[in-house]
Amino acid sequence: MISVKNLTKRYGPVLAVSDISFEVQAGQIVGFLGPNGAGKSTTIRILTCYQPATSGQATIAGFDVFTQSVQVRRQIGYLPESAPLYPEMRVREYLHFRGKLHGLDRAARDAAIARVTDRCWLGEFINRPIGQLSKGMRQRVGLADAMLHNPKVLILDEPTIGLDPTQIQEQRKLITELGKSHTILFSSHTLSEVERLCSHVIVIASGRILASGTPEKLRQSVSAGSRLIAEMKGPAEEIRRGVTAIAGVKKVDLDGRDGWQRLSIEAGDGQDVREPIFALSAARGWTMREMRREVASLEDFFVKITAEQRAQSAKR
Amino acid sequence: MRNAVAIMQRELIAYFFSPIAYVVLVLFLGLCGYLFTEFVFKPGGEASLRGLLDGWTMPIMLLFFLSLLGMRLLSEEFRNGTMETLLTAPVTEVEIILGKFLGVGAFYLAMLAGTLAYAALVAVFGDLDVMLLACHYLALVLLGGLYLSVGLFFSAWTRNQLVAGLLAIVFLLVFSVLSQLVANQFEGWVRAVFQHLSIVTHYSEMIRGRLALDHVLYFVTTTAFFLFAATKVLESRRWR
Repeated sequence: MISVKNLTKRYGPVLAVSDISFEVQAGQIVGFLGPNGAGKSTTIRILTCYQPATSGQATIAGFDVFTQSVQVRRQIGYLPESAPLYPEMRVREYLHFRGKLHGLDRAARDAAIARVTDRCWLGEFINRPIGQLSKGMRQRVGLADAMLHNPKVLILDEPTIGLDPTQIQEQRKLITELGKSHTILFSSHTLSEVERLCSHVIVIASGRILASGTPEKLRQSVSAGSRLIAEMKGPAEEIRRGVTAIAGVKKVDLDGRDGWQRLSIEAGDGQDVREPIFALSAARGWTMREMRREVASLEDFFVKITAEQRAQSAKR
Repeated sequence: MRNAVAIMQRELIAYFFSPIAYVVLVLFLGLCGYLFTEFVFKPGGEASLRGLLDGWTMPIMLLFFLSLLGMRLLSEEFRNGTMETLLTAPVTEVEIILGKFLGVGAFYLAMLAGTLAYAALVAVFGDLDVMLLACHYLALVLLGGLYLSVGLFFSAWTRNQLVAGLLAIVFLLVFSVLSQLVANQFEGWVRAVFQHLSIVTHYSEMIRGRLALDHVLYFVTTTAFFLFAATKVLESRRWR
């Protein structure tokens, strides 16, 4: 549905997006993940025909964003990052205005507004001036506007930014719901969000795609070198020597407190060292009060790759 | 074209909530009322609005007022970020410019409609020349259209309303007052050129009742040019 090939965008000497390529299939919810300033908004603005690319190609539903801009804009619903709206208009007025721009006649507009009012829970403030609405309500109005003409593709730039926790939950529920009938590309810098909502994640930092795949796949690639946390009572040096001697253990860190030793154990790929560790503690009589595997989250992955990215750019 | 009408309607809603629009409306009608009682509405005076419209006062007054109205047209959309939603909807730049121009133009016509009361007063107490009155209002409409198109053009350049307004005012002053002053310093063809450039020359001729084609063409073509240029400025962001 969305196809991006070798897209590059420069602002003068600054490289905002560097040679990125990706595909979004129809019906997918794709999360565009990256720290602030990674190039997410720039890419989205190119896809929505707001800005041109310096080089490269992008198509939506088969239409080129540069040469067939109007056709592309008919296919997409777009919620920009700050959900810009006209403060002096009432919500219903605004939606009517947007409906007209999408070529909907009076009856079609009424039906569409009733539909999005229902889906975005706008009922109570449909007649309120936009200027009086809270950030969360404005986001919903923006989303309602994006859905108004029932587009094939929804492009949402940071749809949950600036919302309070309840609103974030509602917004996420709505996105999941919408994913059943639309192709969605949305950007975020919150991992848990992307992890929960998306069928596919694209991680971007400094204008480059660092990783792309299903959330499970990305998590696996981090958890390959997963860690084991264990706490036992015993002499520190003996514990260290004993555990290090176990086959498969690569590294052990100890942290002593109140006679308890907290071990952080790194095992080799695919090695499960839990059993030998338990056997060791039992044989030596070291009381064990905890042992758990620290499952790597996407959060770690994210921190890791962005740190790598930063280190690389520092070298350059 | 339907999109242009939608944008025009939205623009009119915006004027209902714009303090600048109310200030401009009140000041304009107030000043017109003052000028009318001072220069027109007198026993034995000419039965037309010429006293109100002739000379420098009206063109300069409108220059400031309409620049104030025009400066926000696109700058505000850029500043609010609503330009992003507008340009990512299936709307062409021509429709945006046209809609904005028609919107602010309609507001200007409403302003002018308020002054018809003065014409009515003249008609009650004297024998009003209706053809001359029509010529006067045509001149006002054309002059306002030109001012607003220039305001719109500068508004397309910047997100800062004040900068847009100041640029429009300076530009318009150059092409009304300054070119007139320069023309007065010269003789022969140089004088003719500068006089022809000056907006006020064409306006004054029409106020004196000379409805020649070249004056009308001057306003129509320059207005069209600035609207076209504004469209191009707006379009340029798609390939910049």
